[in-house]
Amino acid sequence: MEIERTEVRNDWQPSEVGDALHSKTMVINMGPSHPCTHGTVRLVVEVDGERIERCDVDVGYLHRGFEKQCENVNYWQVIPYTDRLNYVSPIINNVGYCLAVEKLFGVEVPERTKAIRVLLSELSRITDHLTCLGAGAMELGAFTVMLYFMQAREYLYHLVEEVTGARLTISYVRIGGLARDLPIGFTDRLLKRLEDVKRLMDYGDRLLSKNRIFVDRMCDVGIIAPDEAIAYGLTGPLLRGSGVSYDVRKAFPYSGYENYTFEVPVGTKGDNYDRFLCRFNEIGQSMSIIEQVIKTLPDGPINVRDPKIIMPPKDEVYDSIEGMIAQFEIVFRGVVPPKGEVYFPVEGGTGELGFHVVSDGTGTPYKVRVRAPSFISMGILGPLIEGHTIADVVPIFGMHNMIGGECDR
Amino acid sequence: MEFLADIGIVILKAALVLGALLHMAALTIWIERKAAALIQDRQGANRAAILGFDLAGVINTLIADPVKALFKEDFVPRGTSQFMHSMGPFLAVLPVLVSFAVVPFGPDLEIGGRTIALQLAQLNVGILYVFAMGSLAVYGVVLAGWVSRNKFSLFGGLRASAQMISYEITMGVSIVGVLAIYSSLDLAEIVKYQSGTFLGFLPNWGIFLNPLGFVLFFISMMAETKRAPFDLPESESELVAGYLTEYSGMKFMLFWLGEFAEIAVASAIITLLFLGGWQLPYIDITKISSDWGGILPGFFKEWNFQWAPLIGTAVFGAKTVFLCVVQVVLRWTLPRFRYDQLMNLCWKIMLPFALLNLVATVVLVLMGFY
Repeated sequence: MEIERTEVRNDWQPSEVGDALHSKTMVINMGPSHPCTHGTVRLVVEVDGERIERCDVDVGYLHRGFEKQCENVNYWQVIPYTDRLNYVSPIINNVGYCLAVEKLFGVEVPERTKAIRVLLSELSRITDHLTCLGAGAMELGAFTVMLYFMQAREYLYHLVEEVTGARLTISYVRIGGLARDLPIGFTDRLLKRLEDVKRLMDYGDRLLSKNRIFVDRMCDVGIIAPDEAIAYGLTGPLLRGSGVSYDVRKAFPYSGYENYTFEVPVGTKGDNYDRFLCRFNEIGQSMSIIEQVIKTLPDGPINVRDPKIIMPPKDEVYDSIEGMIAQFEIVFRGVVPPKGEVYFPVEGGTGELGFHVVSDGTGTPYKVRVRAPSFISMGILGPLIEGHTIADVVPIFGMHNMIGGECDR
Repeated sequence: MEFLADIGIVILKAALVLGALLHMAALTIWIERKAAALIQDRQGANRAAILGFDLAGVINTLIADPVKALFKEDFVPRGTSQFMHSMGPFLAVLPVLVSFAVVPFGPDLEIGGRTIALQLAQLNVGILYVFAMGSLAVYGVVLAGWVSRNKFSLFGGLRASAQMISYEITMGVSIVGVLAIYSSLDLAEIVKYQSGTFLGFLPNWGIFLNPLGFVLFFISMMAETKRAPFDLPESESELVAGYLTEYSGMKFMLFWLGEFAEIAVASAIITLLFLGGWQLPYIDITKISSDWGGILPGFFKEWNFQWAPLIGTAVFGAKTVFLCVVQVVLRWTLPRFRYDQLMNLCWKIMLPFALLNLVATVVLVLMGFY
């Protein structure tokens, strides 16, 4: 009788071994409400022990129909909606939208307005990065650092509140100007507060940047190659972390960014730690821009003198027939840009935030399309997580800095 | 009558030890809240106080927290055994509470010609008993992870079992050296050995006799208590709450109590093995006369007041609380490890060092260095 021999193989694949042992992968649903998804996003991960085999990213839980809403309101009324895009740095959204509409009009805002917009944009960028870094640290267990950063953010939010009257729903920037000028003594208070922020960031830096556990968790995790980053259309710290020096403020300067000197920090490896350091150093650069703006802040009006865009001053409305008519026209028709379409990118907290506004010559936009950096960066999240462990989801997702309002719109 | 007195003393001691441990756990919870607040520049727990005094957390952690937990809904996931679900916290807490029984917290007390050891159970293998009970604690966590019917709980249970079993090895090996020096497993004997001085100027404590062993044992103990940076089983950002996910109300509270009691027990064991237990450095408290050599009023001498048990217990308590504070501060300073990094630390770094420490110490013991 011949004994049946099984063939000896040395080329077992992990999946085959798994079948032989009757072991299966397990599907875990991280989200839409999970502590690591600060926003509402769902990560369906298939795990083999602690290792992730496959990851499905499911976005859209915060969809509010922003773009459709914009088609039913006039150009002014879009501004409050943009507050809710990236709700950690709402001023940048305001600025981006207004700059796009101003480009449609072909108007140039006064120098003081440009400077104030830059000032507040950089302030928002700092709050955005502080939130990202603080939340990222907290998710790795460093809760104390997060509270330090939140305290720093709180200092800045108080200043934002002083200027705009709100912390989040600011609606401060107007087409052709600003809602109001800076309060008296604001710049001094800002400079004083920046010192406090620097002190708190120094605490955070000392707790994290040289901490062996933290560095080990961040280094060599979630590496994005430069060409891969470009292919996925990444922008912002994600792209710069991979070593590609692309910053809208440098590449396509707007609102007078070309007048200020600042550097664009870039990473070398493209891992989480590089993204962390990029954000950290960008805060320093933003502070330097703020200091430059305050030094060179010009005097003058904050609104363009164009009755088609901005309401005339009240004394003109009451005292002259032209002023009265201008007020009447603008209240009844809103601002009516000429026919055409524009795309205007600004550097948001998470990357290139672009507004594509199409005008059909009426008082309501035909289309307002937002290039949301968070949404585009979600494309690489799934492939990036695959092959790592469950614990690595946290820093990778944290350093992506997905903002639900912006991603899902 | 003699027999009844013995029984009475044991019951009294048991009540005292258990009460002390529970208070220590409550105190640690309060320290955790207040120390975290201090570190993070915020107020911390400031409710549940009477006239502004919260009596070092006695009111809010010993009374307010359990009362709140008792009135919460006790949620049991569908399709699981109610009995097994309740066994989880029970198995997690009980071993921790009973392991405190062998801790000697002061020198002997003499009342009416009877010598009372300030230790509930005088086992001659005390430290092995502590380890045995410590190993049992893993069952509660694994059971909780398994019986919750939740994938996150399962992961928490898995991680906890791997972590606790791995670190038990380092923990065991790291103290063999110091036990060889003491040449005893009896905790009371170990404390008595640590009187006097080492090399003429240092207190004869384990931390100076065997510093590497202290560091390794301290880290292993922290990993054993599953606290940050070793809190992987319940890492809230990845696994929601790990094995605690499906627990609520008093069952959750019991896990919590177990965790903090474990910190207190760990601090007590470290104190006994490495910080001289109830011994004060340079002063032999058992030789303190009842009137402090004439400093105190005469009636202390008339009563033959024994200072040694009192001072010893206070010293032991202070050292234990200090170690609890150190653990709390570490927990609010350091981020969390990843699973593979935790295992690397245990098997590739700490275990070789522990073995090296063992061999070196034993060679020194044989050479008569100690």
